[in-house]
Amino acid sequence: MNVSKTLTKFVRYIVLVIFFCLYILPFILVVLNSLKERTEIISNPLSMPKSFNLANYFSAMEKMNFAHSFMNSLIITVFSVALITIFSAMTAYVFVRVQNKLNKFLFFLMVASMIIPFQAIMIPLVQIYGSIGFLNSKWALIYMYIGFGASLAVFIYHGLIKSIPLELEEAAMIDGASRLQIFFQVVFPLLKPTTMTIVILNVLWIWNDFLLPSLVLIKPEERTLPLSTFYFFGTYSVDYGLLMAGLVVTIIPVIIVYLFTQRHIIQGVMNGSIK
Amino acid sequence: MSSQKFFDRLKVQLLFSGPTLFAFFTVVILPFLYGIYLTFTNWDGVSTSHSFVGMKNYLAVLDDAAFWTSLYKTMKYVLLTVILINVVGFFLAYMLTTEIRAKNLFRAGFFTPNLIGGIILGFLWQFIFSNVLVYIGEHFKIGIFSSSWLADPDKAFWTLVIVTTWQYSGYMMVIYIAGLMNIPKELLEAASIDGANAFVRLRKIILPLMVPSFIVCVFLSLQRGFMVYDLNIALTNGGPYKSTQLVSMYVYQKAFLSQKYGAGQAEAFVLFLIVAIVTLIQVYVSKKREVEA
Repeated sequence: MNVSKTLTKFVRYIVLVIFFCLYILPFILVVLNSLKERTEIISNPLSMPKSFNLANYFSAMEKMNFAHSFMNSLIITVFSVALITIFSAMTAYVFVRVQNKLNKFLFFLMVASMIIPFQAIMIPLVQIYGSIGFLNSKWALIYMYIGFGASLAVFIYHGLIKSIPLELEEAAMIDGASRLQIFFQVVFPLLKPTTMTIVILNVLWIWNDFLLPSLVLIKPEERTLPLSTFYFFGTYSVDYGLLMAGLVVTIIPVIIVYLFTQRHIIQGVMNGSIK
Repeated sequence: MSSQKFFDRLKVQLLFSGPTLFAFFTVVILPFLYGIYLTFTNWDGVSTSHSFVGMKNYLAVLDDAAFWTSLYKTMKYVLLTVILINVVGFFLAYMLTTEIRAKNLFRAGFFTPNLIGGIILGFLWQFIFSNVLVYIGEHFKIGIFSSSWLADPDKAFWTLVIVTTWQYSGYMMVIYIAGLMNIPKELLEAASIDGANAFVRLRKIILPLMVPSFIVCVFLSLQRGFMVYDLNIALTNGGPYKSTQLVSMYVYQKAFLSQKYGAGQAEAFVLFLIVAIVTLIQVYVSKKREVEA
């Protein structure tokens, strides 16, 4: 009995370790090859780099206009996510607290709209905003993210706000607080765990999004990281060492943030799925 | 007094929901409706005027064999990835909810691909399929790797399936772990005492209780499957010879590169209908199978 138990445990470990390698090895291979020269990579992509050469990194960062695209991605993600959370929480609040036919309908419409694939909207979206000259700006993109991100955030907040007892707000109301004060001082702090979830889901989406920014941000100086990676690969398609270094510099910031926030991220994804 | 009250209410409503609703209506609803209108026109994206062409675009969709081929491939891709993502995701979650050390490390590792966008993962795997695996194939004389999978239409399709499974299974694993941890321990212990082995416990207790998690995960993987674009463009770029052009990429090219906006939008609308029908069926069928926990 005991022997078979130890054996199953051992087999389990082996299986998990094999899977772990499959998930991590691709990243390690990229790092290894980013330190090599093109000829070294072609002769053997599995070999250890001969020297610790960072030249590819500097070159890739310069050619991708890395610092600039990184800042673009950061600005777009921070503003979009902050506005999505605040606006959606406020909307969900009014949907829960003011239950009339209009609000019920609007809530239903937002939930139902989640089924629309982005591809069914992108062509008219570009047409409408192109014709009023509203493309090619970070702010236009942030505005669109609010529109696309609101439904899910309102839906998740709605479920939680329903469970907040009204008495808490009534006490503040008696003290003469306005609706806005009540919301920001009483309700919004109570939503913190859910806000974390919404922030995480939206950061993962917006930081990595490609299709929408590729349609909206056409000017090179507005490019986000996924966009500049894409054009970078198009331009230097055979210079493998350089390309791999480009991937490493885009992946590393994410991994560093992940190392510190790993538990929160996984918790956020768990909470986001329970509806 | 009552009109005062009405304006107060209106003020609160506008203040709280105004910004969200304005963005939502102008970014989602308006383009969606305008898109339906576009499908009845012959707009080319450049000219300032366009005329009404009735059902012509929809009839053209029926005739567009390339569209149906890409849709068929997308369906095949969705079916395979939904199954594989969820089987692998559930398997990993099941393993990680048993007594085992370094759970957090494994969990964090399996989740890592989800932090990184499809474009970057696509390029990463392009390098692996066309350089690393080819090298391994030649060096160790492994036939199936000796030429690049990306150069062969069938294998290129499978690279998309493999990378998608690799990419998303960790995400579903996290959701399955949450579900598995909610299964009451007493229930499993009681079953063990009654002599149910691990397999019976899995089939008779765990799987039925996990139906809500399966609904969520299948829903998410269906949606992601139908909408795949980044990975498609970065990994295979539709090639070789357009053999792996999935529907999203096809519609994009039709509209923005061939500048057939009306026709492209009609195809996008067909895609919307298919996604809507498939998702509704999925939610309906699985809700029926849900059991009370």
